[in-house]
Amino acid sequence: MTTTETPDTLRRILDYSSRADPYPLYAELRKTPVARQEDGSYVISTYREITDILHDPHLSSDIRNLSHPTAGAEEQTTPAFINLDPPEHDRLRRMAMRHFGPPHTPGLVTGMEPALSSIVGGLIDDFAGKEQIDLVDDFAYPFPVTVICHLLGVPREDEPRFHLWVNDIIDSIDYNPKTDPKEKLDNGIQARKDLRQYIGGLVEQRHGRPGDDLLSRLANDDGPDGRMTDEEIVATANLLLIAGHETTVNLITNGMLTLLRHPQVLQRLREQPDLVVPLTEELLRYEPPVHIIPWRAAYSDITVADTVIPKGSQIMLMLASGSRDPNRFHDPDRFDPDRRDNQHLGFGSGIHLCFGGPLARRETQIALTELVRRVDRPRLVADPPQYRRSPVLRGPIHLHIEQNGN
Amino acid sequence: MTSAENLQAFKREGRIVVVGASLAGLRAAEALRGAGFTGSLTMIGDEMGEPYDRPPLSKQVLTGWVPAENTKLPRRREIDAQWLLGVPASGLDLAGNHVRLADGREVPFDRVLISTGVRARPWFVESEAALDGVFVVRTREHAEALRRALAAGPSRVLVIGAGFTGSEIASVCREREIPVTVAELAPAPLVGALGAMIGDVAADMQRAHGVDLRCGVKVTRLEGDAQGRLRRAHFDDGSTIDTDVAVVALGGIRNTEWLQGSGLAAGVWGIACDTGCRALDLNGLITDDVFVAGDVARCPNPIYEYRLISLEHWANAVEQAEVAAHNMVSGQADRWPHLSIPLFWSIQFGVNIKSVGVPTFADEVVVTQGSVPDRRFVAAYGYRGRVTAAVSFNNAKWLDHYRQLIETAAPFPPPCPTPDQPADMKPVPVDFPGPTLLAQGATVVVTGHDPSERRVTAAHQHR
Amino acid sequence: MRVVVDLSRCEGYAQCAFLAPDAFRMHGEEALMYDPNPDDARRDQVLRAAAACPVQAILVDQLEGRDAPAEASPS
Repeated sequence: MTTTETPDTLRRILDYSSRADPYPLYAELRKTPVARQEDGSYVISTYREITDILHDPHLSSDIRNLSHPTAGAEEQTTPAFINLDPPEHDRLRRMAMRHFGPPHTPGLVTGMEPALSSIVGGLIDDFAGKEQIDLVDDFAYPFPVTVICHLLGVPREDEPRFHLWVNDIIDSIDYNPKTDPKEKLDNGIQARKDLRQYIGGLVEQRHGRPGDDLLSRLANDDGPDGRMTDEEIVATANLLLIAGHETTVNLITNGMLTLLRHPQVLQRLREQPDLVVPLTEELLRYEPPVHIIPWRAAYSDITVADTVIPKGSQIMLMLASGSRDPNRFHDPDRFDPDRRDNQHLGFGSGIHLCFGGPLARRETQIALTELVRRVDRPRLVADPPQYRRSPVLRGPIHLHIEQNGN
Repeated sequence: MTSAENLQAFKREGRIVVVGASLAGLRAAEALRGAGFTGSLTMIGDEMGEPYDRPPLSKQVLTGWVPAENTKLPRRREIDAQWLLGVPASGLDLAGNHVRLADGREVPFDRVLISTGVRARPWFVESEAALDGVFVVRTREHAEALRRALAAGPSRVLVIGAGFTGSEIASVCREREIPVTVAELAPAPLVGALGAMIGDVAADMQRAHGVDLRCGVKVTRLEGDAQGRLRRAHFDDGSTIDTDVAVVALGGIRNTEWLQGSGLAAGVWGIACDTGCRALDLNGLITDDVFVAGDVARCPNPIYEYRLISLEHWANAVEQAEVAAHNMVSGQADRWPHLSIPLFWSIQFGVNIKSVGVPTFADEVVVTQGSVPDRRFVAAYGYRGRVTAAVSFNNAKWLDHYRQLIETAAPFPPPCPTPDQPADMKPVPVDFPGPTLLAQGATVVVTGHDPSERRVTAAHQHR
Repeated sequence: MRVVVDLSRCEGYAQCAFLAPDAFRMHGEEALMYDPNPDDARRDQVLRAAAACPVQAILVDQLEGRDAPAEASPS
């Protein structure tokens, strides 16, 4: 069914005031699984329809296939594979995967586990003597950033520089020309430029100097698909740097917030560390780090739930809503780490399934286990906490926690 | 007693016998216990030992990675069964409600599930099949014996038959850098299952990996030396090759002979049943207490014009086991139909080949996505203008979309372009050798000309 | 420990091969080969791999070797 009843619901979801709890609005949205908006775009909010369309080869991730490119569209640059379709997407993702995972580099993530534990241990050591910590600034942000910098070969000490760029880029993802100042968009465009230039400089340094980091490997590799151009390396590294920053921080923070809201689960995790494995999957369903795929394009007419979405239309996919769909998940608004049937959309689905998912899982599993084990009697200072602006990459901007039972 | 009371009593203290203790039998037993059946459960199997998984036998086991005895199936729950292993069933008495075993024992039942599966088709000359170095691959013992032969470093392996199993074995040989000749009567590998277009792709793939692929030839004789060891193979074109290992991969024979005379509609294509996995008798009557699951079942599917379809697919065995088990302990208003669309996979030469639907139920095929030369593509199959199947080579993430196209009888060829569409997207005839449609060769035929002598007879055909 | 993967569900996401590389290996880009009886020392990895499968295709034994045929009776 297509109606135009829901633009208001979507507007309310995107509005910052609903950031702390968008879930009732998602339920409202799901009454119309495929909803046409006044501007001709479509919003899909139910599990079945989201998974169907993510496996539909007529769905495009390439902005050039939108009949009205969004205002957020970048100027002409080489897109990263997340914004490309097969066969280009497949080729670039394959070339990047060569240095990150199976079949070519299968032991990389498990090999990083001691380093992950050690970073986590060091950050928690620094909690000592503090009555209050900010889980974001003191832990959930520096941890994955350290990891992704190490993995890519980006100097950790440059973090303050690219932190600002990444913030501006994230802010511009959900730019709405009707309600947002143009400055927000311009800042995003400038930040992308700055970040590209910065990474480009690193790539240039790597040529002819093979090393273990991803930038060195991409710059010097001659695999079966040849070598990436410098522009392709920059686009890929930008993507991984931003994603490595902005998603795991939310997953860990949302995770700790959820545990503090469910003290009996927190206690169980302290007693049975293995629980963290299904618990992380449940977090990815219940409080995922990425709530929305902001746009995809209909390459041809696409039929979903008896609705024909015309060629060129913009399509927004409400992943977090799909993972709370009562037609797919039993008692979906309950946080249940023992849930058995849990094929969530936390990392998306289909060919664009999160590239770094296995690393994010291990980071989160190690982080939550250690936080619960070592932080003494943690308590939330404020609930709900203050959230970041973005409705797409949703998570608290700070999470103040008291410790040591005072 | 009402039928509901009968059902409750049966679930509490009835007797269920499962004939065939492999994947389908085990999964059905688990599902029966999961559904609350607390009566007696007997598992009859002709092989010794616990149920094990067969797909790894032609892959992980032959590469030497996984020992054959390490393929026992994981369990989902305790089934608390009596196991009668190492002796095959030899008959089914529907009047007396018991299964006869080859050693003469009789096992009584209230309801029975038949999941006796398939055995390997042996080489047609018994004395040649007995030569040292001639193998089939169906059981754990077969796989272990062939693994040892491959590990010994044979000078050349001959694979007879280029279906999925034969092709997988050839792939393992190349992975182990063993010279291999593949002999196939059809014009290309996999052609009987997937048609000529995919057959050509498979042929190119084999040759690119160094397989000596010979199509359109028949092996006429396997020649041994004085010690009874395989030495040479002769072809019908007069040529010969020297070889010390031959793998006969000519498909399977359904284990239905033991049902001759039982009155069930059982034959070389399996045992006919309804979508609820209830067996049909020779007159086409549905039985109440006899159920069928797995490779031996022959089940109608509305998407394929209600034709009876026999499938040697892993997922089909699992799904039919669940449906049969559920229906064995459910009243008629609660029964489930088995209507899922067939799924199949094969791993060979570093490529994941998957299919959805029934590719043999098609008249045309078209590549809809990807690149055939790169061996990354999806091909859709159509029958009279609707999509009936799809096959992917290293493109499995898209296949679920084609399942929907099949379910909704979407038009063929698919009209809307995709970003990854080959430039020359044109349907070609699917071109299967031999019978195009699966239901040909039905085993139940109506005979008799005198109205007073109307009767129904099972025709036991031989392929 | 015993494991079986429903490869008809498997879409080749390779999450298992990331998380338990000794038990799950990619054969080419998409085809999964796995050890149906990985070493018990790998149990944690295998459970992580099973939980991470995007199509929930990995089944791990629930009984740990119990419920073997009590009475294997050859003819």
